Amino acid sequence: MKASIIVFPGSNCDRDIAVSIKKLTTLEPIMVWHKETSIPDSDLIVIPGGFTFGDYLRCGSIAANSPIMKDVIKKATDGAPTLGICNGFQILTESGLLPGTLIKNDCLSFLCKTVSIRVENNQTNFSKKYKQNEIINIPIAHNEGNFFANENTLEKIKDSNQIVFKYCNQNGEVNNETNPNGSIENIAGITNEQGNVLGMMPHPERATCEITKLSDGENLFKSISEFLL
Amino acid sequence: MIKITKEIVEEHGINSEEYDFILKSLNREPTITELGIFSAMWSEHCSYKSSKYWLSQLPTKNEFVIQGPGENAGVIDIGDGYAAVFKMESHNHPSFIEPYQGAATGVGGILRDVFTMGARPVALLNSIRFGEVSHEKTKHLLTGVVSGIGGYGNCMGIPTVGGEVEFNSSYNDNILVNAMCVGIAKKDKIFYSKASGIGNSVVYVGSKTGRDGIHGATMASAEFDENSEEKRPTVQVGDPFSEKLLLEACMELMKMDVIVAIQDMGAAGLTSSAVEMAGKGNLGIELDLDKVPCREEKMSAYEIMLSESQERMLMILEPDKENVAKEIFEKWELDFSVIGKLTDTNRLIINHQKETKADIILDILEKGAPSYKRPYEINIFDDEGIKEDTLINDNPISILKKMIASPNLCSRKWVWEQYDHMVMTDTVLLPGGDSAIIRVHGTNKGLSVTSDSTPRYCASDPYEGGKQAVAEAWRNLISVGSLPIAITDCMNFGNPEKKDIMGQFAGVIKGMIEACNTLNFPVVSGNVSLYNETNGKGINPTPVIGGVGVVENLDIFSDQNLKRKNDFILIIGKTTGHLTQSIYANELLNYKKGLPPKVNLEEELKNGLAIKELINKRLIDTSHDISDGGLLIALTEMSMKNIIGFELKIEKDNLNSYLFGEDQARYAIAVEENKIEDVRLLLNEKNVFFEEIGQACKDKIIINNNNISILELKEIYENWFNNYLSKA
Repeated sequence: MKASIIVFPGSNCDRDIAVSIKKLTTLEPIMVWHKETSIPDSDLIVIPGGFTFGDYLRCGSIAANSPIMKDVIKKATDGAPTLGICNGFQILTESGLLPGTLIKNDCLSFLCKTVSIRVENNQTNFSKKYKQNEIINIPIAHNEGNFFANENTLEKIKDSNQIVFKYCNQNGEVNNETNPNGSIENIAGITNEQGNVLGMMPHPERATCEITKLSDGENLFKSISEFLL
Repeated sequence: MIKITKEIVEEHGINSEEYDFILKSLNREPTITELGIFSAMWSEHCSYKSSKYWLSQLPTKNEFVIQGPGENAGVIDIGDGYAAVFKMESHNHPSFIEPYQGAATGVGGILRDVFTMGARPVALLNSIRFGEVSHEKTKHLLTGVVSGIGGYGNCMGIPTVGGEVEFNSSYNDNILVNAMCVGIAKKDKIFYSKASGIGNSVVYVGSKTGRDGIHGATMASAEFDENSEEKRPTVQVGDPFSEKLLLEACMELMKMDVIVAIQDMGAAGLTSSAVEMAGKGNLGIELDLDKVPCREEKMSAYEIMLSESQERMLMILEPDKENVAKEIFEKWELDFSVIGKLTDTNRLIINHQKETKADIILDILEKGAPSYKRPYEINIFDDEGIKEDTLINDNPISILKKMIASPNLCSRKWVWEQYDHMVMTDTVLLPGGDSAIIRVHGTNKGLSVTSDSTPRYCASDPYEGGKQAVAEAWRNLISVGSLPIAITDCMNFGNPEKKDIMGQFAGVIKGMIEACNTLNFPVVSGNVSLYNETNGKGINPTPVIGGVGVVENLDIFSDQNLKRKNDFILIIGKTTGHLTQSIYANELLNYKKGLPPKVNLEEELKNGLAIKELINKRLIDTSHDISDGGLLIALTEMSMKNIIGFELKIEKDNLNSYLFGEDQARYAIAVEENKIEDVRLLLNEKNVFFEEIGQACKDKIIINNNNISILELKEIYENWFNNYLSKA
């Protein structure tokens, strides 16, 4: 049982996610360099956070064209469980595996803080261990986390129940006040239509450790372990 | 051949005495490349010519120190086979000219200093100082510097966990940007810069060399004037992505045991790294500049030697191991080029386009570098304490409201939320407290880190100010329950050729020496930035102290946040109500005369060790150093996070002096009801002075008969930056 973590030049949350996977799932994390052309046999594909290629072009756009991505796209389209966090979410939208796009935060600056998000859909294999509408606290750290989709796309996303997480406050209220980056409808994480690909801006791997007093991310990994595999 | 005229020599910042020495040593006129090399190596920034005499007196050893000053960074033993590697450095002048790039490359430079020693960087801190908030450039500089620091550290994936921000008119035209980096290495896998092995290869790795930053070290050693902005081309441009690749490539190579010596190309670029590495090994070095990877065409030997292009390293490798290294750097798509070799000649020989452009005996550059004991005069302000009758008779709550929403006391959240402070998932204690705590990855041990300085004290009395800067850093580490180990210092001062400025430097150092000795808190690395003046006016003397401590067991530490209603509030240490040079006096009453509070180091040691023992024995889990703004500000900061307030019952003749005075060696702690007896007992046993002044309560701050809701205070405390920046 393996989880393939794709490492690009500039990835910087690759170690963090490997630690969480090792601690909370039965998977063995393996690092896959972006220049490889095929992913070894694995049960989960992870695209970690970071600043791939320095984010010097549109975030994620250069990484989306790395050699390994052909195989990522093929396997994810065939139904392989795939998780993209932060820059990984941006790479998934750039590569067409997820709808919409991520633009600059409406505060126009990088933002690192712990935010509350509400579980909008606990029926995905990434979120089954959460209760529907559960409010969890997970850190964000991004400059371009402002999710945008045009009207048609947004309708489709909603119709197929693809929204998994929304930004809210500690009481679960979802509105402009509780939106840290300007994302349309406070969207923090979505799946593809089939539900096997999840992209999210918050970092669940940063909320898996008692000592940092943040542990709400653990259930995401436990969901993967229990339901995905 | 360029004829070396008097003007050219002057432009290189070399005085006539120094030039005569060059002529005599070479026994001929230098080439322009040689002149450039002398200029860079003998600049204040590289040679420490005005400060060496004083710096050499600082204590640099204790039982934990593995490597003191003189290397790329200091190294301390943190137990279990690990070492912490750390240093702080200034990037003041470039940041004033181009705030984003200046600050970003400051971070890049300090990161390289740490990972060049084999340590993976795990924390960044910074001390940044700007002019007064009404100054026309302050907003632009503040936003540029903060986003530059964030831009670099965030991209590298290294958390920025602490620091300080100050506004003061003395920095109006000369801001300070000091960046600190802490890394962790295996104790037996530290890499040094001393070259060895005649015939070994000199290898260039990293980014290509361009024309950026030529003569940065010389610029950093000159005063500013109206034309400083014309110097923009000498500011380097940062590329954190390349640095991230360089970091990973170096880490990968360092596992292989092939590196003989390594040093980053920082200030004065290829010149200083080549000269210092060969110099330390008492060897010679010969470089072929045609092999240096260049970004621009037709670069001259002079330009290549003096470029400060970023993200470059120089390594010494055994020739038969070059391929191992080459393969790794090629994987990371970085340049790798063998550009020369070590020789036994003790000469620096630079060849370019089939000509020898420089041939200098290394001893002349290094040991021949000038060192001055400049004349100095330690001046202190007159002893004109603030008079009781000039104090505002307002009730303390309304003073508190003004102070907590003032630029130097308000929340720094706007700043640190722009820094990724959680990446690597080892940040145990977040920014915003006395110290941050970083877990040593994979262990249950932590490092506490802090940076601090109180320049207004140093301006008023350099000796007391120097003591205070070290003591406050020590206190910050104590108040989270860690054992303070050692410091790095970043000494920012004006023009050392002026007696009183040199006196500030000397006085501060004397104070630091005493504090370092008493607190067993030596200096292991540092940096000096002089000539921080514009049009003849110097900055407040600013010795920034970066402290590192060890938390043996991460199950036991303390933070500053009140946690329970009814906890007893205790003030450790004597409060006399010293208002002179306090924030209350300086900023609210605009009274800037008089002397700062005295630092009694014995008292510091006694009180601090008692606090540490209380935390380590789990008798308290809430403590905070009392510093800027005094006792009431400290308690208010403690109430913000969990919205738990306190009620104080204090009968004093002058309540406001008591609440806002800045006496030293003090802490505020909160004690659970069932532990109060044990705490009293321990403090009495240690003969530590303390006062019980009240109890924690729900969401209000109550002082005698006045009160205010914490939410109301929090609103103004946390929104100062946003309000300031949103105003046109």
